[in-house]
Amino acid sequence: MPSVASTTAPAAASTTTTDQDASGGSFRILMRIVRMAFDYPALLAVGLVFIIGASVFQLFIPLLIGEGVTTVEKIFTDANADENALRQALIWTALGLLGSAVLRGLFTFGHMYISENIAQRLGYRLRMLYYEKLQRLSFAYHDRVHTGDLLTRGLLDIEGIRAFASRGLLRVVYLAIFVGTGTFLMMLVDWELALISLSFVPIAAWRSIVARLQTSRGWRLYQEEMGRLTKIMDENLKGIRVVRSFSAEPYEMDKYDKSSDEAFNRAFHLVGVRSKNLSIITFAFLGVMSVVLLVGGLKVLDDNDPFSLGQLAQFLAFMSIMQNPVRQLGMVVAGWAQGATSGKRLFEVLDQIPEIDDKPGAKDLVLTDGALRFEHVDFAYMDEYGDEQVLTDVSFEARPGHTIGIVGPPGSGKSTLAHLIPRFYDPIAGRILIDDQDISEVTLASLRRTVGVVEQDTFLFTTSIDNNVAYGDPWAEHRNIESATSHAQMNEYVERLPSGYGTLVGERGVSLSGGQRQRLSIARSIMLHPQVIVFDDSTAAIDAATEQRIRAALQEVTSDRATIIISHRLSSLMHANEILFLEGGKIVERGTHAELLERGGKYRDLYELQIRPEDDINVRGSA
Amino acid sequence: MATTDATKGRPDDNKSQRPHWVDDNRANQEDLDQQIFSAGYNGDVIRRFIGFVSPYRNVLIVGVIAVIIFALSVLALPWIVRTTVNDVLDITQRDTGDARDVLFIMVGLFFGAVVIHVIVGYLQNIIVGRIAEHILIDLRRAMYEHLQRVSMSFMDKTEVGRMMSRLQGDVAALQEFLETAVVSIGDFLLLFGIVIAMLIMDWRLALLTFAVVSTLAIARAIWLPIARRAFLYSRQTASITSGALAENINGVRVVQGMSREHVNLDLFQEKADEQLWASKRAAKIGLMMIAMVDTLSGTAMAIIIVVGGSMVMGNSLEIGSMIAFILYVQLFFDPIRSITMHYAVFQRAMASGERIFEVLDVPVDIQDKPEAKPLVDNDGSVEFKNVTFGYLENEPILKNINFRVEPGETIALVGPTGSGKTSITSLLHRFYDIWEGEILISGQDVRDVQLSSMGDNIGMVLQEPYLFSSTIFENIRYNKFDATREDVVAAARAVGAHEFIMRLPNGYDTELEQRGGNLSLGQRQLISFARAIVADTKILILDEATASIDSYTELLIQQALARLLEGRTGIVIAHRLATIRGADRIIVLQNGEIIETGNHDELIAHGGLYARLYSMNYASFDDIPDELIAEAMEYSRTEAT
Repeated sequence: MPSVASTTAPAAASTTTTDQDASGGSFRILMRIVRMAFDYPALLAVGLVFIIGASVFQLFIPLLIGEGVTTVEKIFTDANADENALRQALIWTALGLLGSAVLRGLFTFGHMYISENIAQRLGYRLRMLYYEKLQRLSFAYHDRVHTGDLLTRGLLDIEGIRAFASRGLLRVVYLAIFVGTGTFLMMLVDWELALISLSFVPIAAWRSIVARLQTSRGWRLYQEEMGRLTKIMDENLKGIRVVRSFSAEPYEMDKYDKSSDEAFNRAFHLVGVRSKNLSIITFAFLGVMSVVLLVGGLKVLDDNDPFSLGQLAQFLAFMSIMQNPVRQLGMVVAGWAQGATSGKRLFEVLDQIPEIDDKPGAKDLVLTDGALRFEHVDFAYMDEYGDEQVLTDVSFEARPGHTIGIVGPPGSGKSTLAHLIPRFYDPIAGRILIDDQDISEVTLASLRRTVGVVEQDTFLFTTSIDNNVAYGDPWAEHRNIESATSHAQMNEYVERLPSGYGTLVGERGVSLSGGQRQRLSIARSIMLHPQVIVFDDSTAAIDAATEQRIRAALQEVTSDRATIIISHRLSSLMHANEILFLEGGKIVERGTHAELLERGGKYRDLYELQIRPEDDINVRGSA
Repeated sequence: MATTDATKGRPDDNKSQRPHWVDDNRANQEDLDQQIFSAGYNGDVIRRFIGFVSPYRNVLIVGVIAVIIFALSVLALPWIVRTTVNDVLDITQRDTGDARDVLFIMVGLFFGAVVIHVIVGYLQNIIVGRIAEHILIDLRRAMYEHLQRVSMSFMDKTEVGRMMSRLQGDVAALQEFLETAVVSIGDFLLLFGIVIAMLIMDWRLALLTFAVVSTLAIARAIWLPIARRAFLYSRQTASITSGALAENINGVRVVQGMSREHVNLDLFQEKADEQLWASKRAAKIGLMMIAMVDTLSGTAMAIIIVVGGSMVMGNSLEIGSMIAFILYVQLFFDPIRSITMHYAVFQRAMASGERIFEVLDVPVDIQDKPEAKPLVDNDGSVEFKNVTFGYLENEPILKNINFRVEPGETIALVGPTGSGKTSITSLLHRFYDIWEGEILISGQDVRDVQLSSMGDNIGMVLQEPYLFSSTIFENIRYNKFDATREDVVAAARAVGAHEFIMRLPNGYDTELEQRGGNLSLGQRQLISFARAIVADTKILILDEATASIDSYTELLIQQALARLLEGRTGIVIAHRLATIRGADRIIVLQNGEIIETGNHDELIAHGGLYARLYSMNYASFDDIPDELIAEAMEYSRTEAT
């Protein structure tokens, strides 16, 4: 990958820019993209040569056509004309025409391909940078920014920049050189008629720009409405049972019709705008051509004027050759607008500095026995609503082989606490130590290899089961995968599947129940043999009996690890060495199960809420 | 596609090998090829498509006329130039006296043709564009409306994603087809016209020109499939990288938690490299046509200059015709390009048409009888009489089910997965028709009442609360338009949802994300309870959630459930012990048969399957492994004998 010095520019771009500086901002953003394109100087230089070649040979064509007509005409106008010489001249003209056409074709191909080549390379570079950046941006960032938004930027905005580079960069140079040279040549032939001929250019250029900008806005509106319509249809079909059980079909049709009509109107509007501008441009072009025909015709008829029929043909040919590039101007300008918007949105992400990163000179974590300690830890989420204190003065120690249980009402900060250990977030006060090393001083990679967090919501990747289990250790041997899966009590199920470990899971794979997903997630985490393992309510969807079997299996392999269990189900954590009851981010009760029951506080209340109904019938089996 | 096999499994003991990912996007390639390249002419599709066109017949005729006049005006312009040159400007013909007058007349003619050209062009674009849009809307609406009525068993089998692609992609393909079909009338006419005009002017020069130009048609025929494959491949590589990016964004927390950033970046780079290569290649192949067209048009013009010029000198061709030849040659290329492209559009439309009409042909098997009356909710009793039902022939799911639920009574349906609980609730709503027996609601057979009246009488709360992306208010009063804000708030209060709703940024007007993504499962459940309260039906079907919820929310839900069932006839597919024990009566199902009925204490005393399952202390009966169920059944059977 080429070095990307130019993308590490303004770091403050993430703060929202106001509308006022938008135009200046747009220019800066476009220049930043242009600077990136200048990382390919050789390509640009060759592209420029091709552009000049394409323009010159393109313009030779009307010249030569006019020349041909003039030559032919000479036999009638010039009494001394030698027919053989004229025929000879005609052949040379034709050969010139053929040569010009071929060279024009090759050069046009060349400069357009180079444009596209540069654009694709830019797209590639931005794509890699973006991917890399997203992986490094901290959880806090990903919490703030919607995944759909990030995806749009990664797909549509990179595409927008690519389109700008492809159509808006070298193409502008081409248009300038081509139209400029063309104007000059026409002026040489006859300046009056040249001015008349070219008078369609500003009108066509203007309308083409207006049309493009209007249609791209109209198109966006249409797409938005289509997005709404899609959502309506999608939700209706997915929720068809709700719709039918409420007999809500008429209501749903009504909802559909409203959105569909709106989309229809917008599409209609688009057709109208496009047709109107197209007609105006065509009228400008052909109308001017009528005038050229008239004025030129009069000039040809005027015996005092040396203007010839060949020159009139030349003008007509010039006009038709200039027409297409001028019509493209709208595309170019729309490309700029798109490039500026897309660039702004993309650079906003690329310029983000990860809030959590290795400190300069950070060393790998050195494990001695794997003890985890929280020392007076405070934490708050900073977001647009201000900061919200989530954890206050949390201290505890998890020794190797010990289990800490954490329980508390929803929103009490349990998951947050779990997320601080692998430094998904940094505390605002206090320290977290593993084997007496402050985790903010060691490298992230070494820390996260040491700490395994099994999350509440299991994300599985769309790939085979074994690839998912071996996600953190892609080169693991298969027997290790199997043993991790069997510790998580998932092997029997997997082996019964037709494709076994090769079964595709994830979004597009076979659907697994919540409990099965959680079991895979447990297997995935224990594959890495983390020294500190945190279960963040990760057995909620697993039934109690299976959970017990998982715990027993883990006991064998993890007897020397520090374990933290966060759970709503007290049976999951009542055997912990210490139980912390969190409420409002503070530890309000702590002790062993027996001690806490004894104390008769909140823990006991919760215990009664959960255990009583079963206790009093006394049907609990072996437990 | 040798790579596909390599990506299927993980390399077992070969540590040096790279980890592979299953790119199932690639597997779709053949699918796509199939779609794009295979379909041919299908008369039935065309006939039915015409059915959708016919409402716009008159406008369409105007459009076609516009297209024809447009093509004629395109042809006329070079012809007028030719006449002008020949009659006025050609020195050999020139009659200086009234040449100026003739010039004015000719330019006037030219300008007149221009005005017609512009007006007709505008009409053509507007009319064709709008009709195509109309038909798109009609087709999509017809499909969507049909899907609202087709049988539930069809919807069960059908992937929503697949339907969506028919509702959008396939419909759009037909729209595109209609547009191009009309425009290609113009294209053919134009080509034909140019050929005629050239032949009239000079047949020898015309044939020479055609020889060159027809090379383009051949070149395009060869080039088009190659280019299409190249573009298809570049799109596929792009969608693979997009997929990888999307997955990494969604799973970024796992990636970071497992420090897999470097591996992923390498894997992503491979995909991005492939995309870069593929798109550069596609661009190269695509742009080649430009060079080709330029070369051919240059060749044609060179021939006209040499051959035509010599003919003019030899007095066998007028100079105006030579100029007209040059103008006509340039008009040749556009229609050739678009006609070769239309063929692909046509093929795609045929395939899409088949898929669309396939949907429209799905029979609607559950319909109101002609004499069906609205359901009258006298008392709200429910009765199943000898009901037998199944989804597949000869595989009954429910066998001879008999039970009656008295008004106001709550029954709990209990049994292992697949025992038929959900089928019972679906039948009550007449999502399916039964094979034998009858189902009576307030004494009326469900098959004799209007389907549209069921919703007012039977409410339903699904296991997975289903919310729409709209405000909380709209979700709670779903389909009940006369419900006021007070009603909605009262319902939310009744189920204990009011507090958390008020804590949301916009209270009841908070927009829910897709399927209520911004709420917890417990909260979504409470909202769906509130919705049922607003709907206020005499009969309520409730499929209890199986997923475990924290004890605090659980308590709220249990209280809400009690409020919800108050004064209603309730049929609950129950999983939680508290719910089961709170029911007036428990019906235990096994393999589609009712094996036990009674309240909790009676069933425990009876010591059958229920007692056995209960003693296993699972959170939900659905969780129990098959072996244990078999064991329990075995046990209860031996007990019984």
